[in-house]
Amino acid sequence: MSRRAMITGFGVLAPGAIGAEAYWGLLSEGRTATRAITCFDASPYRSRIAGEVDFDASAGGLTPAQLRGLDRAAQFALVAGREAVARSGLDLDAADPTRVGVAIGCAVGCATSIEREYAAGRLQNPGAQQRRPARAARAAASLHDTAPLHDYVNPSSIAAELARMVGAQGPVTLVSTGCTSGIDAVAYAARLVEEGSADVVLSGGTEAPLAPITAVCFDVLRATSTRNDDPARACRPFDRARDGLVLAEGCAILVVEEYEHAKARGAGPQAEIVGYGSRCAAHRLAGLETEELQMAAAIGVALERARLRPAQIDYVNAHGSGTVHNDLQETAALKRALGRAAARIPVSGFKAATGHALGAAGALQIAGCLPAMREGLIPPTANLREPDPECDLDYTPGVARQARVDTVLALGAGFGGLQSAMVLRRADGGGR
Amino acid sequence: MTDRAVVTGIGVAAPNGLGPTAYWRALMGGRCGIRRVTRFDASPYRCTLAGEIEDFEASRHIQDNRLLTQTDHITQMSLVAADWALRQAGLRREELSAAEMGVATAAAGGGYEFGQRELAKLHKQDPGYLSTYESFAWFNAASTGQSTIRQGMRGPGTVLVGEQAGGLDAIGQARRQLRDGSRAMLTGGVDSALSPWSWAAHEAAGSMSRSSDPRWAYLPFDERANGYVPGEGGAIMVLENAQTAARRPGVRIYGEVAGYASTFDSARPDQPSGLRRAIETALGDAGMAAADVDVVFADAAGRPDPDRTEAEAIAGVFGPCGVPVTAPKTMTGRLCAGGACLDVAAALLAMYWSAIPPTVNVRAPVPDYELDLVLDTPRHTPVRAALVLARGIGGFNSAIVVREYR
Repeated sequence: MSRRAMITGFGVLAPGAIGAEAYWGLLSEGRTATRAITCFDASPYRSRIAGEVDFDASAGGLTPAQLRGLDRAAQFALVAGREAVARSGLDLDAADPTRVGVAIGCAVGCATSIEREYAAGRLQNPGAQQRRPARAARAAASLHDTAPLHDYVNPSSIAAELARMVGAQGPVTLVSTGCTSGIDAVAYAARLVEEGSADVVLSGGTEAPLAPITAVCFDVLRATSTRNDDPARACRPFDRARDGLVLAEGCAILVVEEYEHAKARGAGPQAEIVGYGSRCAAHRLAGLETEELQMAAAIGVALERARLRPAQIDYVNAHGSGTVHNDLQETAALKRALGRAAARIPVSGFKAATGHALGAAGALQIAGCLPAMREGLIPPTANLREPDPECDLDYTPGVARQARVDTVLALGAGFGGLQSAMVLRRADGGGR
Repeated sequence: MTDRAVVTGIGVAAPNGLGPTAYWRALMGGRCGIRRVTRFDASPYRCTLAGEIEDFEASRHIQDNRLLTQTDHITQMSLVAADWALRQAGLRREELSAAEMGVATAAAGGGYEFGQRELAKLHKQDPGYLSTYESFAWFNAASTGQSTIRQGMRGPGTVLVGEQAGGLDAIGQARRQLRDGSRAMLTGGVDSALSPWSWAAHEAAGSMSRSSDPRWAYLPFDERANGYVPGEGGAIMVLENAQTAARRPGVRIYGEVAGYASTFDSARPDQPSGLRRAIETALGDAGMAAADVDVVFADAAGRPDPDRTEAEAIAGVFGPCGVPVTAPKTMTGRLCAGGACLDVAAALLAMYWSAIPPTVNVRAPVPDYELDLVLDTPRHTPVRAALVLARGIGGFNSAIVVREYR
């Protein structure tokens, strides 16, 4: 009998939402949480808007050492991970630790901490060393007092921290495929469960990229919105007036668990991961957008693995980054992959609400799809008021819509031209 | 069986040799590539030795100037190693559809040489300085992304990060993707510690050797083990379905990736390391017994505690001095995400050439470890199967079994 990968719990830290319930409130009510950047001086940059998490690390149950030494992305993962485990009802002390793994997505790792260390002079500048060897030598000596530096430079530390928190002794990894990291990590977790390498995998994605180095990268790509005078309405997926994405931070951790394992402990799984496809556009490294042909191919693979026809998809959760190009290409990819059914299937995207949290985005999408299935409610695409005539699917503008949601197709695309598609099925609604 | 994953091409960038032939010759001759760092000024640091590649000139291999300016040194080495691996495999783009070929690589932290340069500019100049092409060159996904573009591969692309163990995870993932429908994968990893950031991070972890003499610096399993020497390089391989490979007459099959497993030590000191479990699970995955393994390529941390842990795991599975053990990384240093991939390449070459490459510089192996270390000179013997071990700081353990393909 083949093993099935279920999602039995999740935790969220998102802009405008601490915890899974608050996150669903934000999404289902069509609110937005993007705002003028407060966490660093963004005045030199083109885009000065972000989705910031109002995260009180000290309220999250972290130890003083974790508060002091861990990168924000790792802190997110621990706090959201704790919520995920609690919601799943999983008793980690009763679980066989060798059957517990971790697969977390993250795109830029601890870049914020690295930049902070750099600005504080704790990372060497070889040019400066040559001019002032004595001082440089002192700086080098002081490096030995900054043990977290190794963790910042090696972002596998984020997965390792979460693994230590839950006592995982099975496979542990960080998936770093840019903006598809979140979906790809959940797919990796599902694969570990299906192949029998683990019974429980803490998965999802975490990202805390809000720092000058990331802002400037997106600035030069001209990928980010410059609607600095209207931050709450800056990201407008599929809207005629869309002008780019809004950077964000955030985290969603999911408990991916084998069906029989969940059943044996009496857990009610929320959804099954039934299909996944991944393709590369092999075209442009900095291409942050969907690419029609390869995204359509990825969707095709995901549907085939899920053994579903396009018409059997109840809801499409779009990448919907709000760049001019992405939303056109994504619309075209959906039409190409889903054919006539594309016009009838409700689509929506969450990035107007939260911004684009890079390697956490896919996990945050899934964390919004799970209550959508449970509640039978499709969260809207916020900020969509004037549809682009060329984006002519049903994007569920503004207001949530009641609908039976048994199957969801979630999409992600980004850096390196990677395109990922995942199909989820409601645990108690999909037959079988 | 349709799902056997075989290696048909190996691209190597190592401190003691570029390309599999030069690298293998260096291993057979015991030639060590550990020397004083020249890539950057390491004089203010306590540790000044590294496995540095001296003869890699990216522009000799990559004619596209735009590509050179948009890529970190590690991405350049990775792209060139991939070129070599594909050429050796004789895999031409026309043979498979683009969607049937994918890329799965390991990274540790991305292109820090590049990232550091960019950050220095950012903090000294106005933000308008960056070009579109430069902005993301330091990302973990840069090497995989550039490889898919250069090779026109449109199948799944993966990047896994597991400190120094991630290289084996990437190869394990490439094998999964072959099972899931891909026909050929580029896999492995090329990485570097030779930028001030990475260097500072390695020093911060406190496990580097402070010796300034390459002969006394990196001595795994030795009484005088005093830390490791980092380096740069790695290997990219072509992993494909045996059936796909068999369609090309004259293709050289180095061996198959027969077993893989990964475990984690979640810092409970009372519990034994998961390394032994990784070994046993990988052997089980390969359907092999310990007696079927002809050599173990050790992780070789180079410090007493982890050395002992590894020795206990090996002796626990294979018995005291029950299997030849070697650490050719004593000739290259530890190459971050690239080192384990280079060890897999060495294991495949060992099968091909029927010889076990030596461990160098180790003079006084700790007797308690009960390891049959292959020291100083190669041991000429048929190698039908090899076990490769890798561990990463933080608790990562991975194991891969490669064996002859018949």
